[in-house]
Amino acid sequence: MNNTHTGQAGKKLSLKEKYALMTRGLGWDTSYEPMDKVFDQLGLEGIRIHDWDKWEDPFRLTMDAYWKYQAEKERKLYAVLDAFQQNNGHLNISDARYVNTLKLFFTGITPAEYNAHRLFAMLGRQFPGPGAAIACQMQAVDELRHVQTQIHSISQYNKYFNGLHDHSVMNDRLWYLSVPKSFFEDAISSGPFEQIIAISFALEYLLTNLVFMPFMSGAAYNGDMATVTFGFSSQSDEARHMTLGLECIKFVLEQDPGNVEIIQRYLDKWFWRGYKVLGLVSMMLDYMLPRKVMSWKEAWEIYFVQNGGSLFNDLSRYGLRMPRHWEQSVAEAEHLSHQTWNSFYNFSDAAAFHVWLPSDEDMAWLSEKYPNTFDQHYRPRIEHYRRLQAEGKRYYNPSLPMLCQTCQIPLIFTEGDDPTRTSHRETEHEGEKYHFCSDGCQEVFEQQPDKYVSAWLPAHQILQGNCFAPDADPQAAGFQAEAEVMRYFHVNPGQDNMDYEGSQDEANWRLWKGLSPDGASKAPPAA
Amino acid sequence: MQTNSQAPSSHPLVRDRVDNFHGQQLIYVGWDHHTMICAPIALLVPPGLSFGELVDSLLAHSAFALHPDWPRINWAEVEWFASDQPVTPRRDTALKDQGFGHKTFLRMRTPALRGIAGSGS
Repeated sequence: MNNTHTGQAGKKLSLKEKYALMTRGLGWDTSYEPMDKVFDQLGLEGIRIHDWDKWEDPFRLTMDAYWKYQAEKERKLYAVLDAFQQNNGHLNISDARYVNTLKLFFTGITPAEYNAHRLFAMLGRQFPGPGAAIACQMQAVDELRHVQTQIHSISQYNKYFNGLHDHSVMNDRLWYLSVPKSFFEDAISSGPFEQIIAISFALEYLLTNLVFMPFMSGAAYNGDMATVTFGFSSQSDEARHMTLGLECIKFVLEQDPGNVEIIQRYLDKWFWRGYKVLGLVSMMLDYMLPRKVMSWKEAWEIYFVQNGGSLFNDLSRYGLRMPRHWEQSVAEAEHLSHQTWNSFYNFSDAAAFHVWLPSDEDMAWLSEKYPNTFDQHYRPRIEHYRRLQAEGKRYYNPSLPMLCQTCQIPLIFTEGDDPTRTSHRETEHEGEKYHFCSDGCQEVFEQQPDKYVSAWLPAHQILQGNCFAPDADPQAAGFQAEAEVMRYFHVNPGQDNMDYEGSQDEANWRLWKGLSPDGASKAPPAA
Repeated sequence: MQTNSQAPSSHPLVRDRVDNFHGQQLIYVGWDHHTMICAPIALLVPPGLSFGELVDSLLAHSAFALHPDWPRINWAEVEWFASDQPVTPRRDTALKDQGFGHKTFLRMRTPALRGIAGSGS
């Protein structure tokens, strides 16, 4: 409808004018306070920006269009989630074992998405260029939307499966979740340029395919339409996030030649930090998806070596090179999932999901995918575990593990020249010893020791007596320390964890699917 | 809490200093070529504990004792390393009196034993 009496307002703006007014036009230079006081974190890292107007917005998205697109995506997503719920979509997944990948994702990644929301909201405040600030603000809202839709998926699965009842408390307390948690807290407590390189470039551009593609394809292969739909819904956001990452790195590199060295240091650090977190994904791909998509080794070859390699080829004209130790990550692809899975088999009585031994068919697949390592190094111990389980003597590790000061993963990795010898590095800082799983983690520590000396390492916190509920009394007679730590984690022993075989999840699944205890399909009772 | 890693902090919080362990200290122990035990273990010990007691009472009740090679260990042949350097621990001497202070990593190697079916696991 034409609105003639307001004159100018009735004129429909061209897209170009609208973009100019609603992004660049919203910025101004402060006059009551100097700009460097208002944007007080910008100078801390030594990065020099001479002209924020050189920032290019590849999407040229304005806020009104953003809301429109996002609302449309939400409508579609929730229509599918509603249908999934009403049609008992959880019964169409390949097997109840599959849900354990979701448990790991929802307790490990969903709270990280919330931290990503906080991080981008702060970045939107810290960048003086309106182009960059608005892109960050939009991403902050995206991340919040992702948290919200994932929580709605959690609430659906939580009705039927154990271990999903308290994802946020678990993320704060549960030992293995300190790995993704500390990754994001490391990023969010960095300077603004390091934050955006860490999350937008290293995680969202370089490594995101490793999280999303195998995971979403895994969901599709295993009949999980709720997760697939969420994946599609977030994919267009992710495309925008990746572009932000790439634009940001090019912008910063082009602004000042002195920035290259700093950015390279950030890339070296955040590649290594991200790679370590992805160990969880390697285990999902090789050991947890009932219907396999591809091996970790194949995924790393395609998404990191090939795609990442050509990306760094493009970036070499700015003076950037591949991140330090990338060759090591390729060599370790032969071992990563097997070593990660073994640590969860060791400690599955202290986790919030189930594990199980690979079947004969799974082991044949692992032999085929890992011809250089599986039969030689990993099959014998799985067969040993099988014998023990058959004798009713299932092995659980009753000890606490030694953790890496940087990535917080137990020292489960082995030396490049000897896959049977634990990889260990050690340094001393101000009279204290610190231990690491790798050269990469030691180097990250040595860049900023004051940051990592304060790491909240779960095993040490348990031994300091800090992982008990407020009403627990360690001095009381008959105090059960291990049970009390589980209570602090909000994990129900035996119900949320240990083996899938014999679990409540398995019993329920058999009941719903009409399966007899030996796995065969049971004829429905005669009417 | 440190809010910006780039800003220098004059008093970083060292979360694992020995004072936080209520009179005890940490010792880590690893067993080479026995990766079934997925990582070296972290033990809380009184600093006056002798090395012999560490092996006989603590390791004997740890994950190590669940490995099939554990009963086969010939203790006279075990090689020890502290901070990855060869050492010869004295059984009757306290840990603190032979340099095994807070957060020392002790690694043991059993030359005759190479894990499950010799796989190093």
